[in-house]
Amino acid sequence: MAVINATQATIRDAVASVVDPEIRVVSIEELGILRDVTVDDTGRATVTITPTYSGCPAMDVIRADVAAAARDAGASAVEVRTVLSPAWSTDLISESGKAKMTAAGIAPPEPVRATGRAVLLQIAVRCPRCGSPSTQELARFGSTACKSLWRCNECREPFDHIKAH
Amino acid sequence: MTESATEQPRSGVVARDDLVAYLLRLGDDALITAQRLGEWSARAPEMEEDIALSNIALDQLGAARLFLTYAGEVEGEGRDEDALAYLRQDFEFRNAQLVELSDTDFGTAIAKLLCLSAFQHPLYEALSASTDARIAGIAAKAVKESAYHLDHATMWTVRLGDGTPESHRRMADALDEVWPYTFELFESDAVTRRVAAAGVGVDPSALRDGWADTVGDVLRRATLDVPTTDWRPTGGRDGRHTESLGYLLAEMQVLHRAHPGANW
Repeated sequence: MAVINATQATIRDAVASVVDPEIRVVSIEELGILRDVTVDDTGRATVTITPTYSGCPAMDVIRADVAAAARDAGASAVEVRTVLSPAWSTDLISESGKAKMTAAGIAPPEPVRATGRAVLLQIAVRCPRCGSPSTQELARFGSTACKSLWRCNECREPFDHIKAH
Repeated sequence: MTESATEQPRSGVVARDDLVAYLLRLGDDALITAQRLGEWSARAPEMEEDIALSNIALDQLGAARLFLTYAGEVEGEGRDEDALAYLRQDFEFRNAQLVELSDTDFGTAIAKLLCLSAFQHPLYEALSASTDARIAGIAAKAVKESAYHLDHATMWTVRLGDGTPESHRRMADALDEVWPYTFELFESDAVTRRVAAAGVGVDPSALRDGWADTVGDVLRRATLDVPTTDWRPTGGRDGRHTESLGYLLAEMQVLHRAHPGANW
């Protein structure tokens, strides 16, 4: 039976490599929304995830993808739990995640400042295509809740930026 | 009810009815705001604004779902977020009247968002320290999102107020229109006093001065006057609403009521 062979490590790896449905180059682990994976002796997996934004519509897809990945890796049953605390922050995105975003043309977030109201204090965002720091914000809200829309003044390309959050 | 205290595992210091009432206020403010903002999809002055207001609506909807789900659990009568959103009548909603007002002009939508987010941001900040861990968790997420809402409303208020004579006039008219409804946000009553005393909630009257400073500063930058009015309509927290809410609910609830339990 597959269940018997399913080790915690393989199920955990399968869950961790589930990609974010809206930023398909980074995994949920790299994005920092995977909190915990446990597998008991009978192969029942419990996966704990946290949303990026309160109303992130990708959560339902992520839950379904996580459950499918765990089952494919041999889990006999899967429970996906959602927790809010501590609140997700873009500081939880791993360095490899940020590098993959940049490679995909999405400017990664800068570190969140401790001031709380970080919104108005935007430091320069580098163009993910040409690397120029000469960029401008076109719209504070982008194609998904976590992004804003920018343009590079050098290469003139528009790009998404993950807002520090 | 005598058992209400023992049925409060998450916040043993407030009565169940008080907690439900308070959660419905928080959830309904967010839910009705989300529904109103959603009306701007494909109707805003520019495409970026369609996206911005839809994003803000999504944040509000996310907070609403979390608060209403919790309200239904505490109530313990089997109502989930959908039952609370789709199967209550207008007199059962507990949102402040401000958020239900029709967006007769883009300026109205911005004036409402400015007044609401300048209230919600410090509210959520304070609720992040709630003795109720569930409320604290929801608020800790929402406070970061509401900072963006306030920022967005500020940007538009300044742009319209300090813009052309036409944009200035319409922004000023919008503020005059919504200003009387802002007083209700800060009203204390027995429920808010009890949840605040327990450290579970916030007495909204304590947020009034900070709100006036925040909004006053934005209006100054926007070359707009702070409206003066003696009219202070109220009643939303007790289920008394303006005519606008019925129409909003009709649109929001029609599908669910026509096809109970329908799923994608």
